Amino acid sequence: MELLVASAVGILTAAGIYLILRRRSFPVILGLSLLTYAVNVFLFASGRLMSGAPPILNKYEEVLYTDPLPQALVLTAIVISFGMTAVVVMIALGAYLSSRDDRTALNAEPEGSGGDA
Amino acid sequence: MSLFLIAALPFLGAVFPALLIRAGRNAAASAAGFTTLLAFVGLMLHIPAVFRGDTVQASIDWLPALGLNANFFLDGLGFLFAAMILGIGLLIILYARFYLSREDPMGQFFCYLLLFQGAMVGIVLSDNILLLLVFWELTSLSSFLLIGYWKHLPEGRQGARMALAVTGSGGLAMIAGMLMLGHIVGSYDLSVILQNKDAIQASPLYLPALILILLGCFTKSAQFPFHFWLPHAMAAPTPVSAYLHSATMVKAGLFLMARLWPVLAGTPEWFYIVATTGLVTMLVGAMIALFKDDLKALLAFSTVSHLGLITMLLGFGTKIAAVVAVFHIINHATFKAALFMTAGIVDHEAGTRDIKRLGGLRHLMPVTFAIGTVAALSMAGIPPLNGFLSKEMMLEEAAHTTWYGSALLVPVLVTVAALFSAAYSFRFIAHVFLGPKRDDYPGHPHDPNTGMWIGPAFLVTLVVLIGLASAKIAGPLVATAAGAVIGGGELPYYSLKLWHGLTPALYMSIVAVIGGVVFLALHAQLTRIWTALPRPEAKQIFEALVRALTRTARVVTDGLHNGALTRYAAIMVTFTVIIGYAAYRGGTLGAATREMQTAGLLPVVGWFALVVSTLFIVAKHRNRLVALVLIGVVGLVVSMAFNYLSAPDLALTQISVEVVTIILMLLALNFMPKETPVETPLPTRLRDGAISVVAGLGAGGLIYALMMRDFAFPTISDYHLANSYKGGGGTNVVNVILVDFRGYDTFGEIIVLGIAAMVIFALTEAVLNSRVRAYLLNRKPDLPQAGDAHPLMMVVATRVMMPLALMVAAYIFFRGHNLPGGGFIAGLIAAIAIIMQYMASGFGWATERQRYPYHAIIGSGVLIAAATGMGAWFNGMPFLTSAFGYIHWEPLEEFEWATAALFDLGVFLAVVGAVLLALESLSRFAWQPGISSEHAMDINPARDEAAKTGTEG
Repeated sequence: MELLVASAVGILTAAGIYLILRRRSFPVILGLSLLTYAVNVFLFASGRLMSGAPPILNKYEEVLYTDPLPQALVLTAIVISFGMTAVVVMIALGAYLSSRDDRTALNAEPEGSGGDA
Repeated sequence: MSLFLIAALPFLGAVFPALLIRAGRNAAASAAGFTTLLAFVGLMLHIPAVFRGDTVQASIDWLPALGLNANFFLDGLGFLFAAMILGIGLLIILYARFYLSREDPMGQFFCYLLLFQGAMVGIVLSDNILLLLVFWELTSLSSFLLIGYWKHLPEGRQGARMALAVTGSGGLAMIAGMLMLGHIVGSYDLSVILQNKDAIQASPLYLPALILILLGCFTKSAQFPFHFWLPHAMAAPTPVSAYLHSATMVKAGLFLMARLWPVLAGTPEWFYIVATTGLVTMLVGAMIALFKDDLKALLAFSTVSHLGLITMLLGFGTKIAAVVAVFHIINHATFKAALFMTAGIVDHEAGTRDIKRLGGLRHLMPVTFAIGTVAALSMAGIPPLNGFLSKEMMLEEAAHTTWYGSALLVPVLVTVAALFSAAYSFRFIAHVFLGPKRDDYPGHPHDPNTGMWIGPAFLVTLVVLIGLASAKIAGPLVATAAGAVIGGGELPYYSLKLWHGLTPALYMSIVAVIGGVVFLALHAQLTRIWTALPRPEAKQIFEALVRALTRTARVVTDGLHNGALTRYAAIMVTFTVIIGYAAYRGGTLGAATREMQTAGLLPVVGWFALVVSTLFIVAKHRNRLVALVLIGVVGLVVSMAFNYLSAPDLALTQISVEVVTIILMLLALNFMPKETPVETPLPTRLRDGAISVVAGLGAGGLIYALMMRDFAFPTISDYHLANSYKGGGGTNVVNVILVDFRGYDTFGEIIVLGIAAMVIFALTEAVLNSRVRAYLLNRKPDLPQAGDAHPLMMVVATRVMMPLALMVAAYIFFRGHNLPGGGFIAGLIAAIAIIMQYMASGFGWATERQRYPYHAIIGSGVLIAAATGMGAWFNGMPFLTSAFGYIHWEPLEEFEWATAALFDLGVFLAVVGAVLLALESLSRFAWQPGISSEHAMDINPARDEAAKTGTEG
């Protein structure tokens, strides 16, 4: 189980960063979303994994609970990352509509010579 | 008067001139003067105590955890400086009132001046070195404003910048030194530090602390090689030069050296650093001063020289030298402030302060001539004026000082410096006032009105009186202040009198005066030699240094931040990976303490779905729509994983956020290109791929290592689990953490969310009000459009579902405290219910039925949360403390009610408002005239003929 989660975090991170390194705003937004998943799962997993032990107190018997704190942190992180994504999407859209161009670089980078105009 | 009040008065008073300037310049000046007078009188009330040898104290613990206390104390040294600052300040205010012209913003001037005065008083009264540092930096800042007061003059701006750069960086060094000093002693209170001489001098940190503190003092007091800023600061109005650069700011460094003299002085390090710097400064300053043609530059370099003299005396480290230093501080303040004001009067009336264009003014300005001459003679060290007394005593001390085995070096150099000093003083008199009257003055020289000359005249009176009856007039003050400098104990024997007999000092003095007269006579020839000599120009060196720094900074910054986002991201990721790797190599990884849990079929299937879709996203990201769909799959798997791994709240949140995010991105994609072109060559893509794979391996490896080990420290979660029900009244621990334990975080977060939504709204407004609007209105969709924008089935279904969805939201909301749910999730569900209406029935239709603006919903949410938090105050509890109880209303069963629920309501409203405002803003891009339908449904078979014309697309 741990291996599955860790590899998922790794793959999401790698894919997210690769897309962030693209030159157009939309892939960057996609990459940011993937990276957000990776970070949220990472934070969540730092409370260690446990299945069938939600942190809902049982008044009648002694049972195990998983760590509630990372969950609380990740819950707000999910909502805040929605806010962040929305702002970035808005900026990307505004930039595209204003300049009819969705490249992320201010000036055409010399190293990326294979680009189209 | 309390010391707090004395230190605070100038700051409080600084407001008045700025406000009163509308009532006229006299009102502004009087306000400043009255405040200063009040503080001065308050200070004078402490005379009996201070002259008894007592220390007046006032203290408040400000930030005791940091050792930062607002402690003030007043002893002899502090009294001397405070009296100079406030007393001369008073004269300067009077002088400035008449000096500044009608065009100068006088309210501003007095405001800055009082700020500066307050900072200076703060320095000399502080009993805490951290507090002292705060005031120290304040003097740098306020003097920057004062030096650059004539903003239209480039010299003023450059001089102000240079002064700030030099004194500011010295101040930074001093902060480090002071922290070391406090670290050695274990206290930041000066009165404690002053008791720990042995501990400080024995510490290995003594030398670094000494050097750093001295850097601060030397830069502030314009000691060689940092002396160059002072002459350039002369671009300031003359009242500023007279105040800052003769009596106060440049003396701050001396003050601090005197203040810390008991614990820092007496070591060879102190002697060689301080005395040598002082000696060199004294000599260099005096030599340059003789060859300056600008009156104020001459005075500036003479100030540098005299500051060097005092520094050297402090550097000697003997008690008697410290007494002389204190005496000369008083004398220098009197004659130098008078000289600056005289120079200002000459400049003001004759229209120039270039010595070459002056001369013969004694007939035209007799009063100014008298004042200037007495002050200059005192500076030259002519009996019976006060300058003679302290210079004589200084020469006496210098005559007994051996420097590195040489008994002659110091006396000879000091005599040379005194000779130059006498020469430039004579030049000030001879080339400005004596000589034939000229007829080419730029102005019409005449004596100024009384307001302008009364200040310097008063100071010159002091010069004469201290000279004639020093023991009576200055004696007690010198004794008290010097007693404070040497830190208790008996004062050494000294006598303040004119005639000490035929001492070596007298011969040195005679040589200096005669030599001064000779040098003045040979001035023209000497100037030729001086100009022929190669000498470094400090300003150019400084500017070259600044330029080089700027260039380096620009090269580095431009190299890293060239405007391409990809480059920033790549650099940041690579750097993070390197740091992570270094940390990994530097530490040791303990053995795994947890067993790997076996995964059933379901997790493996989910993992497979996630990995395949992620890889597909990377491979197919050029087709944006497909990538978006696949992102949805990833989000779904993540929320299922949360659910499987005992986080039902997270699963609910993730899945609802997922819906909203995908809708948002679809809305944006509607206006953007649907494909991403291939732009980068294969090597670049391979490089990016390598960076991402390494980063991914790092992140995955890190979390794997973390998950396989137990917590290194006990976690706070146990506390949360134990107290969630008892203290927070809820069994859903996650929700209780959100609304109670960490309610402050949540409060901040809903505010951030609200701000994000407002940013989106504002950006939309900005974009839609630009020329983009025309483009959007005339835009033709680039994809085929559905024939029926608002299908009947969907419209009906969403409308039926609306109340149900809201009911679900309410249910989720109310059960949130005890079972998975809560304000965040309920808010998202409610928002989705409303978004469905937008989607099904159209933007226009939904907007017409919207009752409350979404801004108001966000605002009311934040306000409700804040009000709930503040409610705790009425119970005498801190902000956001929650309370809960049980209520029994017939016919309901008894139920629990917590104030946290009210807070959660605030969260709910803020989330609803923020999500809807964001999406509504984006939807407005698609709005085109006439898309709003006047009917509740587009298609109504029963409607009249008009319906048959067709639905609009």
